[in-house]
Amino acid sequence: MNTASWWPPVSSAVGDALLIAKKDLTIEFRSRSAFLSVLVFALLGIVIFYFAWDSTAVSAADLAPGVLWVIFTFSGLLGLHRSFGVEHEEGAIDGLLASPVSREAIFMGKAAANLVFVVAVQAIAIPAVSLFYGLPLGGIALPLAGIALLAAIGLVAVGTLFSAMAANTRLSELLLPMLSLPFFVPIVIPAAQATAKLLSGRPAIDALAWLKLLLAFDIVFVVACMLAYPFTLEE
Amino acid sequence: MKPTPLSIAAAVGIVATYIRAIYFTPFEAIQGPAQKIFYIHAPSAWVAFLAFGVVGFTSVLYLWLRDDRLDRVAESSAEVGLVFTTVVLITGPLWGKPIWGTYWTWDARLTLTLFLWFIFVAYIVLRGAVEDRSMRARYSAVLGILGALLVPFIHLSVYMFRTLHPKPILMKPDAPSLPPEMLTTVLLAFGTFTLLYVALLRARYRYAVERDGAHPEESYNAG
Amino acid sequence: MNSKPVAVVEADSIARAFGARRAVDGVSLRVSSGETLAIFGPNGAGKTTLLRLLGGLIRPSGGSARIGGEKLPGGPEVRRQIGVISHRTLLYDALTARENVEFFARLYGVASPRDAAMRSLERMGIASRADAPVRSLSRGMKQRVSIARATVHNPNVVLADEPFTGLDASGARALSGLLEELRASGAALLIVTHNIEEGLSLATHAAIMHHGRIARSGDRASIVAADYADEYRELVAAGE
Repeated sequence: MNTASWWPPVSSAVGDALLIAKKDLTIEFRSRSAFLSVLVFALLGIVIFYFAWDSTAVSAADLAPGVLWVIFTFSGLLGLHRSFGVEHEEGAIDGLLASPVSREAIFMGKAAANLVFVVAVQAIAIPAVSLFYGLPLGGIALPLAGIALLAAIGLVAVGTLFSAMAANTRLSELLLPMLSLPFFVPIVIPAAQATAKLLSGRPAIDALAWLKLLLAFDIVFVVACMLAYPFTLEE
Repeated sequence: MKPTPLSIAAAVGIVATYIRAIYFTPFEAIQGPAQKIFYIHAPSAWVAFLAFGVVGFTSVLYLWLRDDRLDRVAESSAEVGLVFTTVVLITGPLWGKPIWGTYWTWDARLTLTLFLWFIFVAYIVLRGAVEDRSMRARYSAVLGILGALLVPFIHLSVYMFRTLHPKPILMKPDAPSLPPEMLTTVLLAFGTFTLLYVALLRARYRYAVERDGAHPEESYNAG
Repeated sequence: MNSKPVAVVEADSIARAFGARRAVDGVSLRVSSGETLAIFGPNGAGKTTLLRLLGGLIRPSGGSARIGGEKLPGGPEVRRQIGVISHRTLLYDALTARENVEFFARLYGVASPRDAAMRSLERMGIASRADAPVRSLSRGMKQRVSIARATVHNPNVVLADEPFTGLDASGARALSGLLEELRASGAALLIVTHNIEEGLSLATHAAIMHHGRIARSGDRASIVAADYADEYRELVAAGE
């Protein structure tokens, strides 16, 4: 197979995507206020859920997987919303579109930046759940990290695309959750179910069916959203 | 809505079906009179999914061919589909309460229908939020396609989660479990509901054509 | 400099409609290497749309455009030759001037992006504010940074939409100097402007655009500023 013909465009696309991701992350973490706000939102949510339930009726261990993944979707939404806002402030998206960068690379770069953001929130939220709900997550840390990563990828693929669309409309704050949440359900169900199975001490293999579903979702939607992105741009 | 031969046929068909359903079809042994709702519930579900499929299919075609008529069909099918989906979600609990003792069950099919409802609503709200016609058509098409891709995943997730919908009693290749009179009524209901869908779709499409002030030669798209 | 493709911007009855409205209605032009075309016209004449078409940002609904012989919208190689100056700054407010220009330098594959960015900022006289976040700069300073961003890769073709927006006298001088430098080294420039004097001072050719069409065009020898100014004022006064 002649790699000389397709490798350069692919490797330059990856390079461009990384450049864009780095630019987005620089902007996000320079002010830090967005990250901190989303983080605090997640932590508050975790705490509120704890008090909303009667702990004699439902044990914290039963509650934790659900809480974790629900908070994940809502805090994810908050973070995603900003993703394309920065491109519209001064019309910078036109600068990107006029440049040699491919549309797919723009999408992948933005999605990668969103992924880092979401994973960073998860890295603090998951130990927080462990702490507040009295769950020793150490034993299942590795599989849980795997689930978290797969879930984050799915969330970010769909969320990046819809935030690109929502940014161009009126009602953008309302539209983003409305469009995204139905798509987050096939992420939350497998993630929560797999987490619950792992927590109840079942062997990791039991959670496998759910993980396969999550992986399939990720593959389908990363590809579909990347292909759909150019259609959301003015032509 | 101007009466057309099709819509008259659909209306007559519906009336005929229900007269048959109520008076000339026997009661189901276990479920009793409440089972009659099935003759609204099941055909509505069929139409809801048909409408959804039409949206998905025309969305793909639109992104490929960029023909505005496809966008109008998609728009019309989404609104008509929403109506039928709502009917499913209302008749479901009405049927469920006498039969299963509970208004709502999170079984695979009803839940999937609920998601169809959410996607239809999101589709319509999205269209309302975009003013530029070409952008609206493209965005809707993207949502239509992604929504269609979502359906198998919702179904699988919920199915793996749990299921307790009555087993399908119609689609057995060897022999349907329904007595013949019921089967006929059901097939009649499916047929007339499909006719009704097409009639409503056409009416809504005509409305979209007028609203767009459509001059056939001017399309949303520049090229 | 490595072999530059011939800098030629050509449009052949290019048109663009938005629904029923024909923003650009059959424009043909040709700007060769070393030429500067100044385009004047009232609001709504279609000038911005024309530039967006030539920059490959939108597709034509009729006709075609070519840059260096390549049909638009082209691939990365064509876009690499184009520099776009918009009336919006196209900057990231949270980043510094240097970071903005460097980011674009990297996107365009410029060698030594850091140095190129600094040189570009110096050329526009804004190097002293290189490490200030763009949001802290005035409109005029942002415009200088934006121009530095648009030209850091030494484009063959410059499409400038109201580039003098917000610039003070020294900024305008820096821009004129930069554009003249680019033109002299073989670039083709298209400048859309309301400011007839400024536009004509840079132009080798001029055109007036109205209702999506070129109403009048000519080269330096045939340009009489007063005529242009008069015709322009007539069009604006007609208020169509």
